[in-house]
Amino acid sequence: MRIGYLLRRVAMLAVTLLVASFVIFAATYVAPGNPLAALSGGKSLSPEAQTALERRYHLDEPFLAQYWHWLSGAVRGDLGVSIPLHEDVSTLIADRAWITLSLVLYAAVIIVILGIGLGLLAGLRPGWIDSSVLVISSMAAAVPAFVAAIVLIAVFAVSLGWFPTIGTGDGFLGHLEHLTLPAVALALSSVAVVARVTRTAIREEVAREHVQTAISRGIPQHLVVTRHVLRNAAIPITTVTGVTIASLIAISSVVETSFGLNGLGQYLVKSAQGKDIAVVQGISLVLVVAFVLVNLVVDTMYAVLDPRVELGARAA
Amino acid sequence: MNHPESAPLLEVDRLGLDLLVGGVHRSVLRDVSFSVAQGEAVGLVGESGSGKSMTVRAIDRLLPAGARQRGSIRFDGKDVVSLSGAALRSYRAEVAVVFQDPRVHINPVRRVGDFMTEVLRTNRSVRRRDAGARAVEMLAKVGIPDGERRLDQYPHELSGGLLQRVMIASTLLTAPRLLLADEPTTALDVTTQAEIMGLLDELRSDLGLSILFITHDLDLAAAVCDRTAVMYAGEIVEVRESRLLHDDPLHPYTAALGAARPLLDRTARLVAVPGRPLSALEAPTDGCAFAGRCPYVEPTCTSAAPVLVPADGGAARCVRVEALRGTLGGVPHA
Amino acid sequence: MSAVAAPVAGTRPVRGRRRTGLGATGWVSAAVVGLATLVAVVGPLVAPHDPNQADLVQAWIGPGGDHLVGLDVQGRDVLSRILAGARSSMLGPLLIVVICMLVGSLLGLVSAWRGGMVDAGVSAGLDILFAFPGVLLAALTAAVFGAGLWAAVLAMAVAYTPFVARLLRGAMLKERNQPYITALEVQGLGATAICLRHVLPNVFPFMVAQGSILFGYAVLDLAVISYLGIGVQPPDPDWGVMISENQSGILLGYPLPALCAGACIVAVVVAMNLLGERLLERAGKDGGR
Ligand SMILES: Nc1ncnc2c1ncn2[C@@H]1O[C@H](COP(=O)(O)OP(=O)(O)OP(=O)(O)O)[C@@H](O)[C@H]1O
Ligand code: SF4
Ligand SMILES: [Mg+2]
Repeated sequence: MRIGYLLRRVAMLAVTLLVASFVIFAATYVAPGNPLAALSGGKSLSPEAQTALERRYHLDEPFLAQYWHWLSGAVRGDLGVSIPLHEDVSTLIADRAWITLSLVLYAAVIIVILGIGLGLLAGLRPGWIDSSVLVISSMAAAVPAFVAAIVLIAVFAVSLGWFPTIGTGDGFLGHLEHLTLPAVALALSSVAVVARVTRTAIREEVAREHVQTAISRGIPQHLVVTRHVLRNAAIPITTVTGVTIASLIAISSVVETSFGLNGLGQYLVKSAQGKDIAVVQGISLVLVVAFVLVNLVVDTMYAVLDPRVELGARAA
Repeated sequence: MNHPESAPLLEVDRLGLDLLVGGVHRSVLRDVSFSVAQGEAVGLVGESGSGKSMTVRAIDRLLPAGARQRGSIRFDGKDVVSLSGAALRSYRAEVAVVFQDPRVHINPVRRVGDFMTEVLRTNRSVRRRDAGARAVEMLAKVGIPDGERRLDQYPHELSGGLLQRVMIASTLLTAPRLLLADEPTTALDVTTQAEIMGLLDELRSDLGLSILFITHDLDLAAAVCDRTAVMYAGEIVEVRESRLLHDDPLHPYTAALGAARPLLDRTARLVAVPGRPLSALEAPTDGCAFAGRCPYVEPTCTSAAPVLVPADGGAARCVRVEALRGTLGGVPHA
Repeated sequence: MSAVAAPVAGTRPVRGRRRTGLGATGWVSAAVVGLATLVAVVGPLVAPHDPNQADLVQAWIGPGGDHLVGLDVQGRDVLSRILAGARSSMLGPLLIVVICMLVGSLLGLVSAWRGGMVDAGVSAGLDILFAFPGVLLAALTAAVFGAGLWAAVLAMAVAYTPFVARLLRGAMLKERNQPYITALEVQGLGATAICLRHVLPNVFPFMVAQGSILFGYAVLDLAVISYLGIGVQPPDPDWGVMISENQSGILLGYPLPALCAGACIVAVVVAMNLLGERLLERAGKDGGR
């Protein structure tokens, strides 16, 4: 049953998250240097103060106990305290998560509309439309997000002045305006990838024998396209689009840095540079959870779209 | 069983076909002529690559992009090549195709019920419930008693034999006049093959269906067909009454086919005809295409392309047809 | 990072059906890659100026005089920094590819050879690793070991390993199922000897092809990490660092330094990719996921 497939996926997700959380915690635990050093600003602490602080941040407990503290807190939404900033990591993350979330969602919308749209066009209309989509997408696919960001800023923000260069703006329209260039930069190469995959999927489906059967039975062209070509091509298209969107969660940090957006990705990088362990752990966990959840959504859609699912799992 | 007096339902005349292979047109069919009368079953026999499927695709107008066609195909007196739009679709409803491998010829992500009732619902505006009821009825007719349940299943949940029955039943739902069966049993095991063959034969006598039955097995064709056309390298090389082909062939290739036995089961391709099969792509234009494998070859064979000459109630494409007359039957081939 | 998701699945070479020659694109790509490699080796030696000599008064001066591509945000010679920066920009990716190829082929070989529980265990472990995007691993390693080229190389090697292992497992499994391997086993040849003398050499062309595609992605990903500030640290010259240093120039109307570095990255990435695809064709790519 497809339900069985999904249950297996959810179980795997749980295991993945558990191991991932352990790795995240362990990695930063083994970091050399005393996390309290940041607190004291380099001055040596009195032994009493040292002990008091260690107790407060659970630093005196065994490793597994610390992990348990952290994990059980994380499940309740408490990701601990940033030692240098004296602030709740959860609050720090919550303040910034919406930027990353809107950016990724905006880019996802662009990818779905433009990427799938262009791919459909190219796949169903051989000839010059197809060739131009192919040429443009092979060039766009080679442009990494940070190069795209630079070029977009140089052209659309500086030269033409159509879009603001920095910040997030006010109100929904303000956000939209400020996030447009970043979202385009984030989406660009993915649009190209998705367009190409969509085109290939359409071409492969058009050539399938069962499509020939449908034509031979006198089914009208538009129904052959929607009921057979598009319906079946939807399987690889959703999978690739979903996986591509999931990957944006991490690359978002690049675009946030280029456009000076105060999102999770940029904050992760900053905290890593500042060795703010608790924040790095917190953001890593949030990003991994988001990444894994999007992948679960992809798996679910795959199971919904393809009745043969139990015959073989999706190629990762 | 012959119906020479009635006008043929399907008439294929000097059909030629060029396909785009790597940017250039190559000849795949060169001279295919035969006819199928109302209620008649005609076999089309030939080795792999001889152009049987392409003939079917030409008849049903399913040619690949860039194909160039010559000659004429007439159905019920009307020219098929000029059909388009709604007229083409209604022609296709009258000419149903049963494909070789139901596994790939039925959309794997749609339910069996959807496949069976699709044409009724989209082209004939039959309501879903009624279409379903008719599908169940038709499934019963082809020997699937639990149709209700089958309609809810997906193709991968059915065996190959069941699926081929589903394919046949689905073609019958639109009451076609001609069935193009392109190796309908090749993908199946031997017992299932026999059942499907029996089913086709039954449908023909019960419904008066005309059938063009394609196979690479001369004996299988003889079992269901009144007449059989033998194809080699994109040409018809002999057309005769089926029962005569095996014992009294007119063309050396037919004789070789008759002497060849399919290996083990009938899913294995014929390999017993000595020499390598020639595709029409490689066939010479100025001589007999079979010359390279023919034990009776003479210099005259390669000097000009032989034409199909009437002989003994049929026709054969061999310059030595008169000389070889009566000597080919039952000759066990080396 | 995302870019690595793209390497094409493939399999072992089909012997005797190899196409010779790289074709025009292949040769141009090879030339670009060769030039970049040459620069990585001799770049710092032939740089016309000291890549680290700053002169803030001269910042953003355009091309001219003995500064062929002008001066950057701190008045350093852009050409010299490009030439000197080739070293870390090319060496880092090379290390990444070597490490993940070694580890990946070992894992792939073991899973393909042992099958069963070992295979299942390895692939479950790899699945978990897939949940860590490259940038995230880079941030983690930077936080743990301090930001720098080595931390970034380690992070990317870890991030790439599951892809490589999965690709090579497929290729090696194909090879393992060849009849001649069974014949060798029957003759009593040990597993290690078969792997070293037969399986690996046959899969090698495929590994080289995949490796060069991977190299392209590694150039890009390392540049991104340095650009983010958790890879090579300024003022060391590196293409990724150069983009981040000179980004302000774009707003000020001096895009040249940042664009030069960006162009170098894109050129190497595209060339490496095209070359890898050609090699893959020659190694006998057959589709399938
Ligand atoms: N789409 C195509 N484009 C070009 N050539 C084709 C195409 N499809 C088939 N051919 C060629 O046309 C010739 C006839 O093919 P066809 O499929 O009609 O053979 P067949 O008699 O049905 O063989 P089989 O018994 O294997 O089904 C073959 O030589 C084949 O290589
Ligand atoms: S024409 Fe000649 S070569 Fe051809 S079949 Fe007849 S005898 Fe043989
Ligand atoms: Mg065929």
